[in-house]
Amino acid sequence: MRLANVLQLGLKELRSLARDPMMLALILFSFTASVYTAATAMPETLNQAPIAIVDEDRSPLSGQIIDAFYPPYFSPPVLIDQSEMDARMDAGLDTFALVIPPEFQRDLLAGDAPAIQLNVDAPRMSQAFVGSGYIQSIVSGEVQEFLRRHRADAAAPVELLLRNRFNPALDPGWFGAIIEVINNVTALAIILAGAALIREREHGTIEHLLVMPVTPAEIMTGKIWAMSLVVFAASAFSLIVVVEGWLEVPLGGSLGLFLLGAALNLFACTSLGIFLGTVARSMPQFGLLLILVMLPLQLLSGGATPRESMPEAVQQIMLAAPTTHYIILSEAVLFRGAGLPVVWPQLLALAVIGAVLFGLSLAQFRKAVGTLG
Amino acid sequence: MEAPVVTTHALSLRYRGKVALQGVDLELPAGCMTGLIGPDGVGKSSLLALIAGVRTVQEGRVRVLGGDMADRRHRQAVGPGIAYMPQGLGRNLYPTLSVFENVDFFGRLFGHDRRERERRIGGLLQATGLAPFAGRPAGKLSGGMKQKLGLCCALIHDPDLLILDEPTTGIDPLSRRQFWQLIDAIRRERPGMSVLVATAYMDEAASFDYLVAMDAGRVLATGSPRELLTRTGSRSLEAAFIALQPGALQRRRPATGPGLQPPEGEAEIAIEAQNLTRRFGDFTAVDSVNLRIGRGEIFGFLGSNGCGKTTTMKMLTGLLPASEGQAWLFGREVDPHDLETRRRVGYMSQAFSLYTELTVRENLALHARLFRLPRAEIPARVAAMARRFGLTGVLDELPGALPLGQRQRLSLAAAMIHGPEMLILDEPTSGVDPAARDAFWEILVELARRDRVTIFISTHFMNEAERCDRISLMHAGRVLVTGTPAELIERRGVRDLEEAFIAYLEEAVAAEAPAELPVPAPPPAPAAPGHRRFDPRRLYSYARREALELRRDPIRASLALVGSLILMLVMGYGMSMDVNDLRFAVLDRDQTVSSRDYVQSLAGSRYFTEQSPIFDDAELDRRMRSGELSLALEIPPGFARRLARGDPVEIGAWIDGSMPSRAETVSGYVQGMHMHWLAERLTRAGGEGQPLGLAGIETRFRYNPDVKSLVAMVPAMIPLLLMLIPAMLTTLSVVREKELGSIVNFYVTPVTRLEFLLGKQLPYIGLAMFNFLLLLLMAVALFRVPMTGSVPALAAAALIYVSASTALGLVFSTFMRSQIAAIFATTILTMLPAAQFSGMIDPVSSLEGLGRLIGEIYPTTHVLTIARGTFSKALGFGDLAASFVPLLLAVPVLLGLAVLLLRKQER
Repeated sequence: MRLANVLQLGLKELRSLARDPMMLALILFSFTASVYTAATAMPETLNQAPIAIVDEDRSPLSGQIIDAFYPPYFSPPVLIDQSEMDARMDAGLDTFALVIPPEFQRDLLAGDAPAIQLNVDAPRMSQAFVGSGYIQSIVSGEVQEFLRRHRADAAAPVELLLRNRFNPALDPGWFGAIIEVINNVTALAIILAGAALIREREHGTIEHLLVMPVTPAEIMTGKIWAMSLVVFAASAFSLIVVVEGWLEVPLGGSLGLFLLGAALNLFACTSLGIFLGTVARSMPQFGLLLILVMLPLQLLSGGATPRESMPEAVQQIMLAAPTTHYIILSEAVLFRGAGLPVVWPQLLALAVIGAVLFGLSLAQFRKAVGTLG
Repeated sequence: MEAPVVTTHALSLRYRGKVALQGVDLELPAGCMTGLIGPDGVGKSSLLALIAGVRTVQEGRVRVLGGDMADRRHRQAVGPGIAYMPQGLGRNLYPTLSVFENVDFFGRLFGHDRRERERRIGGLLQATGLAPFAGRPAGKLSGGMKQKLGLCCALIHDPDLLILDEPTTGIDPLSRRQFWQLIDAIRRERPGMSVLVATAYMDEAASFDYLVAMDAGRVLATGSPRELLTRTGSRSLEAAFIALQPGALQRRRPATGPGLQPPEGEAEIAIEAQNLTRRFGDFTAVDSVNLRIGRGEIFGFLGSNGCGKTTTMKMLTGLLPASEGQAWLFGREVDPHDLETRRRVGYMSQAFSLYTELTVRENLALHARLFRLPRAEIPARVAAMARRFGLTGVLDELPGALPLGQRQRLSLAAAMIHGPEMLILDEPTSGVDPAARDAFWEILVELARRDRVTIFISTHFMNEAERCDRISLMHAGRVLVTGTPAELIERRGVRDLEEAFIAYLEEAVAAEAPAELPVPAPPPAPAAPGHRRFDPRRLYSYARREALELRRDPIRASLALVGSLILMLVMGYGMSMDVNDLRFAVLDRDQTVSSRDYVQSLAGSRYFTEQSPIFDDAELDRRMRSGELSLALEIPPGFARRLARGDPVEIGAWIDGSMPSRAETVSGYVQGMHMHWLAERLTRAGGEGQPLGLAGIETRFRYNPDVKSLVAMVPAMIPLLLMLIPAMLTTLSVVREKELGSIVNFYVTPVTRLEFLLGKQLPYIGLAMFNFLLLLLMAVALFRVPMTGSVPALAAAALIYVSASTALGLVFSTFMRSQIAAIFATTILTMLPAAQFSGMIDPVSSLEGLGRLIGEIYPTTHVLTIARGTFSKALGFGDLAASFVPLLLAVPVLLGLAVLLLRKQER
């Protein structure tokens, strides 16, 4: 492999891209506006959860409970009748409906242990779990508070002091912004590398390259470094200007270490793109393959839902995906300020996955070149 | 005299900032064969496109068939009267469709009924000799057959004006002769038809009724060939054309005959092939070809289209491995890994294959660098090549904007930049005007004679073949004859090489060629299809064609179907909101029964798994930083003591907040556990007799009592998949036509924008609905997600929804020109809104900002509500009306937008 050729072939890719204004506009959009929108829209936490309360007690205590729900976690509770509840939940208007039974306060003071009913729209899983936990503690808290004031024998206060490390306010935008950047990195790396290859094939230029003293490995490496560089620059820009500057997400840890991980991830993703480009026979096929590969990469590598909650098998399989390691690494470095001693396994994994994908696509590319006719 | 068929007045056109046409005034007589002649890039194609209504009129007026082409209604009305065949072999054909299906598509577009179509198609195919190949895909036809097929498609509706843009470029002489015979026969049958042809062949033009000579966007002269000859006092049209040009622009007179003497003897063999054979499946493209070409020789390769010339050349360059036989270049066996030999060879492929996104200079420099020319010499070398090939003026232009002739010169310059000892050139002059071709050949001859460069060249031009030292005639994979041009003429005893060529070919194809060209009797005045605003037949024609193409590419359809099922399987199992097995550890500074009791309440739950205890603050910090622990508890010293005394006591809980959704879940669980522990402690402390009433909370998880992730995720996956895949397919189906050129059929046929879009959309709606059924079946049968509500309601919603998602794809497609951009745009514009703003994970009501706004109107949101409602909540049409309304609105809004944004003409 001659480095000069690799350099020239890569520069050619950069020049080509520079002449596609639509593509440049899309790249810019995806790393600025798209990241910004995703970060500001995403309530990963409980945010404005719609709650309705059926208050059949209408006592000071029930009033106190109602007042305990307020934004940002919950939207101001809507007071409804028992009869409306089912219809509202069916229509998806409320995620939670709390029913305070008649004579709740009286029964409580009498020591009858009355029960409040909490209805949860279970299919909305993200809110259902977190929210019902919150509601339980809010209601219990209010009840205890109330009892403490009205009964002498109330329990000793044992307080649980919750402190969130690394993102004290649990601002969802922090994580959302980073994940959006990572998603775009993955998508763009695969598309640029793979589609560039298919375009060369559809326009016959690859054939031209192959009659020159240039090897398939050089062609591939040229594409990989050029496309990686573009995405690398775009993601670094996005991270520093959009995420840190505009969205004001405090990024801890070493940016250099994160960028090293990004580079390795790009190596793996662009190799994957080329692999898909050699498998697909036309752009429409490539487009479909892309969805088939990218959707799991985006949704199952720990960015959308926590890895811990996935079935064991899925967790294991996703270890083969570069994005999984990249997300673990990004989380550790950017939020927890972890250093090399902590994240070296991820770096190693990314390098190994990248090397394997590169080898696979090179073999596939050589085979595809042989059947160009 | 009849009214002219075409008149233009002060017609001008600018294209990408450059003048293509300048003040063109023309009156073309009706019922004639009119030829546009002139070198490459003088505006012939632009003029034809304006007359055909493909391009928007910018300045001036064009009247065709008695009306103004700037008027949309007139275009619509005369559309069926005009047939247009664009430049390039089979550019407006659909390569995966068969010959019959291609013609049938156009027949349907013009509203013929089945019997009429079959009659016409039968007649046309018979006349063009394509009948035996009716079932063959258009992409597998030779160039000549493609042009004949293009002609069939143009003639299917009996046009009054037939516009042909360089129909015989790149066609072998035999096919070319047949093509013109066919046109003549048709004109005899329909004398009223006007034909407008652009051509680079002066011998063709000489037989036309009326000629328009053009140069640099202007009309130089008009008149019959005879008039032009008398006016200029020239003997040939070529000379007449040169005489017509303003003095300053006069070109050199074409030199004739090989200027220099051929090499003597066969001292060195540069190219040798023995029994070279290549098979594709059971088709033999090249059959035992033997060649010996000496150094410094110009060796011509002739033959009908698709006879195996290109394949032979590719095998010689090592691009294609040979099935049998061997080949040597410079005495070394061809080996695709032999980079050394590649440096000694320059190759130019048939289609332009340099980078259209790099400038002329960049293309040349890239080649120079890849051929390892010393860095310092490159600029000088590029300049020298540019001078030699007349590219100096266009060094910083993009090749796409150059006329074909200049592009071919650029290709040749690129092939020669490294001073190779051998050139393998595959139809390098196809589409190049005569003067430029002549200049090109002078260079070739000079190279061969002076620099002893071996040249192996294929061509369709006989005057070029005459300049070769030796030529080979190839047909159907075999070399028929090899010899010097003079030898071949002598052997057949004919006048010139063209006749010799045709004689050899006719002998070889005797069985196939139709003796006479029977032209179908003119149809009994076709029932005018009527220029209806909306014609379902035209829509159906497009839909049918798209469906056929989809069927011919089974990989695409099955990838869409199988892919969606795989995705649903993976995501259905993989995505889960239920956070389990969170790792936590305890820094217990108390180490008493009470503290362990507290820890136990957490460790016993299925949500948490306890890790080895923490011993100090530093360790706590380190283990949290590494991500090992999602939660760390710190129990203060004296916990038990203070608890017993009733003193306030605080337990610390550190939660890893880097992923907020997980942190929220953890904190919810911990608080719940804490409360539970408190309540239990109270009850225990209270003892038996003293009832202690703390309020209980009964939580009812509705619609999904077991809180299974599958039940929640599967109904959400269906809308997601039915957005991404149909949108991607529809976008690409339109953008692909733009990139590959067949969009021109939409420009020139009477099909309206709505008909075109709906026609494109329908097959994908069908595919998506089939996909929906599969997904539904999988959800119910495999995942066993209970379907409690109304299936018809869900199916209806799905139908409306996929109409919306495909319409969204159509909207995207109106912006995009390249398929790469289309893929990327569709990905980012569907994935983010559908996966994150539509309530799949977080309800839309909880979103903020722009995301919320997008979520409120995005169709996925509403269909998600319907999917969850019908699957889990036992709902039907009535309950979900509120979600149907925005969904129903989305379809016409998106389609309307696409119709508005789509252009019916090229700008």
